[in-house]
Amino acid sequence: MSTVTVHDHDVQDHHHHAMPSGWRRWLLSTNHKDIGTLYMIFALVMLFTGGFMAMLIRAELFMPGIQLLQPDLYNNMVTNHALIMVFGAVMPAAAGMANWMIPLMIGAPDMALPRLNNLSFWMLAAGGLLLICSILVPFVPGGGTPVNTGWTLYPPLSLQVGMSMDLLIFTVHLLGISSILASINIIVTLFNTRAPGMTLMKMPIFCWAWMVTAFLLILIMPALASGVTMLLFDRHFGTSFFNAAGGGDPVLFQHLFWFFGHPEVYVLLLPSMGIVAHIVPTFSRKPLFGYTSTVGAMISIGAIGMLVWAHHQYTIGMSLAAVTYFMIGTILISIPVGLMILNFIATMWRGAMSFETPMLFAIAIILLFTFAGMTGVMLAVIPGDIQYHDSYFVVAHFHYALIPGALFGLYAGVFYWLPKWTGHMYDEKLGKLFFWLTMIGFNLTFFPQHFLGLAGMPRRIVDYNLVFTEFNMLSSIGAFIFGVSQILLPIIIIKTIRGGQKASARVWEASEGLEWMLPSPPPFHSFSEPPVIK
Amino acid sequence: MRLWGSWRALRQGGLLCLASALAAPACAEMQINFPEPASAGARDIYDIHMLTMRITFVLLVLIYAVVCYSLFVHRKSRGAVADQRLHLGKFARWSWVLVPIMVLGVDLTIAGSAENVLHRLWLVPKDEDMLEVKVVGHQWWWEYEYLDQKLNVESRALPPEKAGEHYLREVDHRLVLPTHTRIRFLHTSADVNHAFWVPELGMKKDAIAGYVTETWAVIDREGVFRGQCAELCGTWHAKMPVVVEAISPEKFSGWVEEQRKLAAVAAAEAASDKVWSKEDLIERGRDAYNKSCAACHQLDGKGLPPAFPPLIAGQPFPASADLTKPLADRGFFKDGKIVLGTVEHHLDIILRGIPGTAMQPWAQLNNLDVAAIATYERNAWGNDTGDVVQPADVEKARAASQTAAAQ
Repeated sequence: MSTVTVHDHDVQDHHHHAMPSGWRRWLLSTNHKDIGTLYMIFALVMLFTGGFMAMLIRAELFMPGIQLLQPDLYNNMVTNHALIMVFGAVMPAAAGMANWMIPLMIGAPDMALPRLNNLSFWMLAAGGLLLICSILVPFVPGGGTPVNTGWTLYPPLSLQVGMSMDLLIFTVHLLGISSILASINIIVTLFNTRAPGMTLMKMPIFCWAWMVTAFLLILIMPALASGVTMLLFDRHFGTSFFNAAGGGDPVLFQHLFWFFGHPEVYVLLLPSMGIVAHIVPTFSRKPLFGYTSTVGAMISIGAIGMLVWAHHQYTIGMSLAAVTYFMIGTILISIPVGLMILNFIATMWRGAMSFETPMLFAIAIILLFTFAGMTGVMLAVIPGDIQYHDSYFVVAHFHYALIPGALFGLYAGVFYWLPKWTGHMYDEKLGKLFFWLTMIGFNLTFFPQHFLGLAGMPRRIVDYNLVFTEFNMLSSIGAFIFGVSQILLPIIIIKTIRGGQKASARVWEASEGLEWMLPSPPPFHSFSEPPVIK
Repeated sequence: MRLWGSWRALRQGGLLCLASALAAPACAEMQINFPEPASAGARDIYDIHMLTMRITFVLLVLIYAVVCYSLFVHRKSRGAVADQRLHLGKFARWSWVLVPIMVLGVDLTIAGSAENVLHRLWLVPKDEDMLEVKVVGHQWWWEYEYLDQKLNVESRALPPEKAGEHYLREVDHRLVLPTHTRIRFLHTSADVNHAFWVPELGMKKDAIAGYVTETWAVIDREGVFRGQCAELCGTWHAKMPVVVEAISPEKFSGWVEEQRKLAAVAAAEAASDKVWSKEDLIERGRDAYNKSCAACHQLDGKGLPPAFPPLIAGQPFPASADLTKPLADRGFFKDGKIVLGTVEHHLDIILRGIPGTAMQPWAQLNNLDVAAIATYERNAWGNDTGDVVQPADVEKARAASQTAAAQ
């Protein structure tokens, strides 16, 4: 197994405890690197599961008519594609990188709460299993209808669904607990185990990004958990939280959901932006421009992001005062985001850039995420949003925000740190091929969807009018290129684990930070003596 | 608004130009922007849309130009040497103030002009003279109630063979509205959330059970405007078109008169004691069935297993026990196959639905229609029972089902 070989090189290291072997090493692990690796393997499996669903969706939408998926199954794929990508792929991958890199970056021997670390991973795995059950149960006789509500799970529709919704509700509970435990661990680690001399304002920016993310998660997850719990009670215990006929309010759920759902966007985004803030300086060969303002921008993004959730609900009929507030608040997010992007560009400015795969991804993120920010401002403006809302324009916008903003950041991180993790350099030619195929596929998939939305195609429909055919075909072709090219990623990773040019401790010419002082791969227990920062 | 003037030179919108240049050869007629607005509100929205698009396009070009210049010039392979002091200079010290101020300026330009339009769109005039239309979303059709005219229109998607090029975007009864009249729309839902969306009118509002929300419009040209439900509402979300037919106020008065007469005739017919012939009932039943039942049970009566059962005796229905048990209890399911139960149970299912399943009550149909549908279903597609159900039978079943409901 590829995963075991990652640490074969560790054996010669002089650690104090015997390293457990076999399945016990993974199931009972309290080691930040092993748990980080588990998180990332889980994320990779989920990425391909969710990606396969995306391929089914695009195949169904290749032309008008219902060819492949019956409407409920189609809606179920739409729902689970989103849930799997958000909770199964991006969040675990970012948590895996936090686990691997934070102790290395701050000079700690491990995460502060190693057993909690183990628990939060295995709760995630249990949640993943329950999610798969929720997808499969409708295929069993007597299993009821599949979840066909979209990932937003709006009642009253979600009250009509069969038991697959109950399984999904418990999935959300498990994932929520897992995220909160992981966040507590990260916060405790960052506050208590930094090397002597590393003040908060000397902390690497990836750690800052995760600090903000972890606080966001602790603040928002309970809102989602309470929302779905009320849903469960409405479904089975005769309450009417969301049932107007019983004095309840269907819109209440929307508020609870988006109070979680909007900051969740920044939960997905910030760790990746933290990674970009390491990669751009390394390959521009000069320090990050505006460290303090980048930290400030990340905190502001988190803070303002908590206060603007209802811009996802402009069409529910809120008062003029309420929508005006949410519009202004949302537009103001462009200020910290703009500042962060400027800092990245200014870091490149008058640098000495080279273009290895992580840097290529970082540049693509800057360009594409800026574009997504522009459509984001358009969407924030209510009169425009009246037309864009729930159309393919929104689908295009958030895929432009989240695929570059979150997923590509994680890809960049994989290429940037893979030599550190495995001790081998990855195949640069394959890495560049992967980058370019991904870019072509991604843009071909999602750029045409802007036009579909403007022309009036609503999202989440299984079948469409003939006028939307051409752009949908184009989008599907792009999706197939995008999807197939992702197979290169595990190939590159496995190849790197198996061997390749030996990586030095520093790996990159201009990499800076404690993590680059340890050998590649680092010893099983990272720092047994705390390094001193001057 | 000064900014607006200086962008006016970019009449067609930079982003659009770029996009159409990319897309032009293959698809000269492909629509890449909003459809031509047909109301003042939609025109305001269109202007805001173009304004934000122009501003963001210019910003994007500026940012991309800087990045591309840097990518070209500041590269190691060209011998560039990194400036290790750039992040300590004057710009670095003040950029965290300068950049937010610049971005704030752009934000305020956009938000300022959006604010005016927002007021006009959001504040629905409180005017006695407005034409009021209540729009009710159902799974999966729209109900339009002209409150002052006391008219009710049920609007359902036409099957593909009748819709033709307007596949999924044509209905049996359109929402007919007068031009140059202030119209207030009241939105609500009978079941799950829906959203009423007509791009040409710049209107999108969620239909939520328990809420009544309003929008308003003055349509300024005649025409047919097509939209569809924009909020995921379950299985047939894709089959909920909204088709507005705007006609002159004079023609609209005529249309209202005509509809009233039709309704009166239908009501008189349904209320009469006339005993109908089997052929007449089947003829009426086919129309009524195609309108009200075919969305789920299909024109050929074969249903869509496992979600919607077939109505043909002997057809297998491989579905979960949640669906087959209530059918078996009513005598319509045996040994994995559909069978035909008694007329009484048949009428009961139509009038009361099957609680806990997608089969809803159809008590709002008049006795004649229910009788015709039952007769049609029991004689079409090879069912050939020969049963004839008269409106009087429905009246009896109605009384019986009310008693059953009361218990």
